[in-house]
Amino acid sequence: MLVKMLIAGFGGQGVLSMGLNIAEAAMLEGRNVTYLPSYGAEVRGGTANCTVAISDEEIASPVASSPEFVVAMNQPSAIKFQHHIQSGGLFFLNSSLVETEILRGDIEIVHVPANKMAEELGSPKVANMVMLGAFTRKSGVVEFDSVIQALRHTLGSKKKLIDVNEKALVKGYELY
Amino acid sequence: MRWSAPRLPSRSTVSKVLMDGNSAIAEAAIRAGLRCYFGYPITPQNELTEYMAMHLGRKKGCTFLQAESEVAAINMVYGASLVGARAMTSSSSPGISLKQEGISYLAACELPAVIVNMQRGGPGLGSIAAAQSDYFQATRGGGHGDYRTIVLGPSSVQELADMTMRAFDLADKYKIPVMILGDGVLGQMKEPVEFKREAPEITPTREGTLQGAGGGASRIVKTFTSNPSELEEINWSLFRRYQLIKKNETTWDTYMTDDARLVVVAYGIAARIARGAIKSLRAKGLKVGLFRPVTLWPFPDEPLRELVKNVRQLLVFEMNMGQMIEDVQLALAGKGEVSFYGRPGGVIPAPDEVGRVMSRLYYQKGLK
Repeated sequence: MLVKMLIAGFGGQGVLSMGLNIAEAAMLEGRNVTYLPSYGAEVRGGTANCTVAISDEEIASPVASSPEFVVAMNQPSAIKFQHHIQSGGLFFLNSSLVETEILRGDIEIVHVPANKMAEELGSPKVANMVMLGAFTRKSGVVEFDSVIQALRHTLGSKKKLIDVNEKALVKGYELY
Repeated sequence: MRWSAPRLPSRSTVSKVLMDGNSAIAEAAIRAGLRCYFGYPITPQNELTEYMAMHLGRKKGCTFLQAESEVAAINMVYGASLVGARAMTSSSSPGISLKQEGISYLAACELPAVIVNMQRGGPGLGSIAAAQSDYFQATRGGGHGDYRTIVLGPSSVQELADMTMRAFDLADKYKIPVMILGDGVLGQMKEPVEFKREAPEITPTREGTLQGAGGGASRIVKTFTSNPSELEEINWSLFRRYQLIKKNETTWDTYMTDDARLVVVAYGIAARIARGAIKSLRAKGLKVGLFRPVTLWPFPDEPLRELVKNVRQLLVFEMNMGQMIEDVQLALAGKGEVSFYGRPGGVIPAPDEVGRVMSRLYYQKGLK
């Protein structure tokens, strides 16, 4: 089975590292995966997004025209990508920053107050990990253990960073 | 030679790393014994230069240099190759145009080199999105003069790694510049990749390279001669080598062509997209298949002619307005029926879109 997801937000919010974490987790599970970042003249504060495709078979295209899952970490992304989601898909909204009302009735909307929850942990930067935790739980595309393993692999010996990121992941995961 | 497509990851992933295509080329090149890399920045291949700066630049006896221009970079490759070092440069479409003079000189002096083109939209400065619009330039030599380069068309990150290794060996074996013709998506996307070889298959010798006269008679490697018959002999010698390459190194891949009534001819990222479309059309009972040239020069004429004995209808699919189709038509010399579907400018069509074109053709031509 092939699933595709698009993760979007401001540059600097960690949307690319979220995608990379999911891709790495899928690889650790022995599945085929492609990760494609939006590239070019991207800047901090501008918009950034990436597409991840996971499948047990070969993946034809790393591009997603109608992904099953979309994560919008900010308002512009929520507006831009709400019509891209496949009917029946899941739309993850960072409700701390997204105020727009989603008018589609054929998708499930998952509200995650990612920034608020990250601030409660004392580290606003880990909002992406809160979202990733919630995403892992609701989407079921990868195992939570693989996500943790991928995170540890990425951060290597930075024990302090691993701790705070893991806490954020767990917090997001336990939201649903 | 039949190209055995590297299998994408199985359940055991221990030795795999998630890597973008540009970095995978760089890592494979370093493992292939690359000594000198010269580059100049351009999107979408910057990760390659960045990886070289980080990893080749720190390796003992190796040189990384960001040149002042593309022209300078290819001429540095020219110099490095002349003294027997495995050398490489990389760029994207507009930058590759600038390198053509140097490539022509490399070809004239019978020097090995690897050149990577991660194609982007054109003409002109075009766009930074992935395209396949440099097929003509790559497969016809590219610069002035009667020469060819070997051109490889990978379609996954794993193949980028494998073909980079192969490119260095081919370059040394035939003393010829080899081009890896990728595109922006292949360069930017990350996929699990495994580096299968730790060392090159062919160890380059210093034979014929400039190592200093050491008190003996001086040797000169040059591309100019005022004697036309001398130059004619050089051209004949190049031509004989090109014939040998055609005979030995032509590589292609097929997918579900055995009972196919319609076969798509595509290379690189387009072949991969077509493969996805074929898989879903097969599930609906349509007998469709794929023919993929893996070496774009030499082009697999003979296997394509063989194929057309059993399949009449072909569909050439490219991310341009029709370039490889000319090689298909030349190979077939009027046999079979060739249709075309193309998306230019850096647009990446979805497998479904290509699938719809295929099924329309399938019914239109009465192949059912």
